[in-house]
Amino acid sequence: MNLAAATNENLANISNTLIYSSMAVYTLAFFAHIAEWVFGSRSKVGRTAAALNKDSATDPAVKAQAAEKGGTAVLERPQVVTRSAAGSRDVPDGPGAAGGTFKGDLWGRIAVSLTVVAFAVQAAGVVARALSVQRAPWGNMYEFSITFSTVAVGAYLILLALRKNVRWIGLMLVTTVLLDLGIATTTLYTDSDQLVPALHSYWLWIHVSTAIICGAVFYLGAVGTLLYLFRDSYENKIASGGTPGKFATSVMERLPAAKSLDTFSYRINAAVFPLWTFTIIAGAIWAGDAWGRYWGWDPKEVWSFITWVAYAAYLHARATAGWKGRKAAYLALVAFGCWLFNYYGVNIFVTGKHSYAGV
Amino acid sequence: MSNTNTTDERDLGQAGEQLSTAPREEPTATLPSMGVIGWARWFWRQLTSMRVALILLFLLSLGAVPGSLIPQNSVDELKVQTFKEAHTTVSPVYEKLQFFDVYSSVWFSAIYILLFVSLIGCIVPRTWQFVGQLRGRPPGAPRKLTRLPAYTTWRTDAEPERVREVAHSLLRRRRFRSHVVGDAVAAEKGYLRETGNLLFHIALIVMLIAFAGGQLFKSEGGKLIVEGDGFANTITQYDDFKSGSLFDDDDLAPFSFDLQDFVGTYERNGPQRGTPRTYEARVTYAEGADGETKKKVIEVNKPLVVDGTKVYLNAHGYAPVISVKDGKGKEVYRSAVPLLPIDNNVTSTGAIKVMDGYKDKNGKKSQLGFQAFFVPTFAGDGQGTMFSQYPGLDYPVLALNGYYGSLGVDSGLPQNVYQLDTSKMKEFKDSNGDKLKKRLRPGETMKLPDGAGSITFESVEEWASFQITRQPASGWALTGAVAAIIGLAGSLFIQRRRVWVRAVRGADGVTVVEMAGLGRSESAKLPEELTGLAIALHDEAPTASGPDPDHRPDQPSEEPAEGAEK
Repeated sequence: MNLAAATNENLANISNTLIYSSMAVYTLAFFAHIAEWVFGSRSKVGRTAAALNKDSATDPAVKAQAAEKGGTAVLERPQVVTRSAAGSRDVPDGPGAAGGTFKGDLWGRIAVSLTVVAFAVQAAGVVARALSVQRAPWGNMYEFSITFSTVAVGAYLILLALRKNVRWIGLMLVTTVLLDLGIATTTLYTDSDQLVPALHSYWLWIHVSTAIICGAVFYLGAVGTLLYLFRDSYENKIASGGTPGKFATSVMERLPAAKSLDTFSYRINAAVFPLWTFTIIAGAIWAGDAWGRYWGWDPKEVWSFITWVAYAAYLHARATAGWKGRKAAYLALVAFGCWLFNYYGVNIFVTGKHSYAGV
Repeated sequence: MSNTNTTDERDLGQAGEQLSTAPREEPTATLPSMGVIGWARWFWRQLTSMRVALILLFLLSLGAVPGSLIPQNSVDELKVQTFKEAHTTVSPVYEKLQFFDVYSSVWFSAIYILLFVSLIGCIVPRTWQFVGQLRGRPPGAPRKLTRLPAYTTWRTDAEPERVREVAHSLLRRRRFRSHVVGDAVAAEKGYLRETGNLLFHIALIVMLIAFAGGQLFKSEGGKLIVEGDGFANTITQYDDFKSGSLFDDDDLAPFSFDLQDFVGTYERNGPQRGTPRTYEARVTYAEGADGETKKKVIEVNKPLVVDGTKVYLNAHGYAPVISVKDGKGKEVYRSAVPLLPIDNNVTSTGAIKVMDGYKDKNGKKSQLGFQAFFVPTFAGDGQGTMFSQYPGLDYPVLALNGYYGSLGVDSGLPQNVYQLDTSKMKEFKDSNGDKLKKRLRPGETMKLPDGAGSITFESVEEWASFQITRQPASGWALTGAVAAIIGLAGSLFIQRRRVWVRAVRGADGVTVVEMAGLGRSESAKLPEELTGLAIALHDEAPTASGPDPDHRPDQPSEEPAEGAEK
């Protein structure tokens, strides 16, 4: 018994060390990203402005995906030509933070590599924590927070591995992860311990893990939405003949086009929405077993519901004339705000049935 | 020129028509011009429009907020009382606005009922429209396929009829609904998107009805049971009982159970010392009036389920077993007295009431009352605290002080069993004239002064309190929930798209193949799929070896299709 306790304590200490180490590596990744942006700013391309100005001059509605071929060449295979819907701006994506510069790109790659290392260390920290308590590591807000940012970084790395154009998230993600871990290790820290009886259920694995995944991926969607709003006003300004500030131009022109950002966040949010629905229903089933009713308007339940309705409104707004674009984007941000409040706000300021071991 | 353009737009509009059954946007400015019917129709159109549905969704989430910040009667009535006493100025306003019963308030109900009416008004026509689409066929090819989001073309030596035939069977193999219209093949896939969409919205209605039905017919009550005692499921046995407005007494499922043993374990060491680790209520139960007896362990997450009724473990505490003897040494009282915990270490308080059978030293009938203060783990004499140090039974101590006279229970008014009404009672005094009080360990006895008898702390039992609930239609709610997730996944992950393949003989006698695709939303998948289809079709109808009259796929000006149509 004592021996087991000692091992556990040991593992918990190892977990803490790993989490602090990952913070150190994330900090390095943060500076590498900063270097990427700084070196990238030295490339003066002005792509967006050029594209938008060309836009107003000629009709560029048709864009060939494939390279143009010679007039008389025999087709090896048919080439598909795409065109965007009428009325939409056809602006190419920015080159990314590195701005096409060699040095910027090098620092970007270093940043991504460091993020991979930090992720591995952090994931090991979460696993060590789980082993030390011999249960799912989601019994309190500290454990929830460290898992949350691990999953967010994991989702980002998976998208990178799938060769999606997501490196532009890097700097914001690493910053937020540092913030999240900072809050987790200082104010939210709870010593590793066993669970109170109400949490002894396999639903802990299902309900809490999906809640964490949803939050982490919703976060990526929210970053996309926020940048969409900035980039969209930047494009609007250029399209209406204005010149944005030098700094804004430098940053914005390297981001993907507003349309790509919008599509990115829509896909992310739409993909996670069914999982969020599942999370709430799994929670309701668990509540049915633990508290004797599947829905009782507990503050956590209420805010999950509000978040769900807000995301539902966002998905509907995207399909409604007059709500597409910026208005829908604001709704998406409000929805993510509800998720955040559900996590931090409800746990800290409101007492309900979801209050467990130390916050 | 502009004339051709508008024809083209109409043409394209028809091609994309009914790719979804989403409601068409109505201009809001059209005010009705006449009569009640006109207004009613206008109102109905507004209510079922997407814009109003969005506003209602927004109001629903906004309306749910106060319920999470202000205590709710449905969750904790005690908290509501405390809040009202603490906030005397805002409370009447809140009361008027039904802020203490948000989720059953008139305005919250109005929002969700309007939302669901809007939903029904939206999905009923959509369902009919969709059934019509399923019975019909994909619309024919628009004249200018070049204007569609994904397009490809090539020239082949194969006969146009042959190309169409191959395209038709190819599309069918890929599970498109496909048919030949004129010079082109029209095909469509992804009907499950709309099916999922409708399923999701219908499932929401099922969930709402199931939830509402459950609320109307539900019953829920509490029962405190000391180890060794039992419960039979009839209304009179409950300590407290609440039910929905359509509940009938006969709805209670007939069953009974006895609490054999309660086991609680607690963290021994570390900063979380005293935090509960396990709670187990070991019971035997019988279904029906006289069913066979079965065993079961009820835990916090594992209720006992009998015939749709669930028995949850709610709380637990200690019940010291007390015996009282009168002046003649005759035992007049023996019972386990449940005491209510007042802190996390189960410091408990309560009252012992000896109502019948007690006679004082003069043989006169009287009643006794004792205030009881119990700690499972006493800090020790001289530690300066009477509060419990640990929730387990390490060092149980019972502190008592007594009264005699009338308990006031004969007045007919209901009395709190955990409190003593001492208004018609006198306190027992010790020989110094001070209040008689004593701390007892199990087995110890406190003598009452002047031969009034004695009270003995025999032993400690544990009690558990159970919540017994029955919420009908929860099966329907679950079915609705599962259907909602499946429908949602279908409506978000499946793309509905149309593909047209036109094959016509060009002016030079060579067949021109054109393929185009149209999706509900712009997706990278559509051009990919079209490429796949084009390659497959190209294998059967390869590019003609002859010279291509300076054909460029990105030049919409070249219109073989239009030329061929004449």
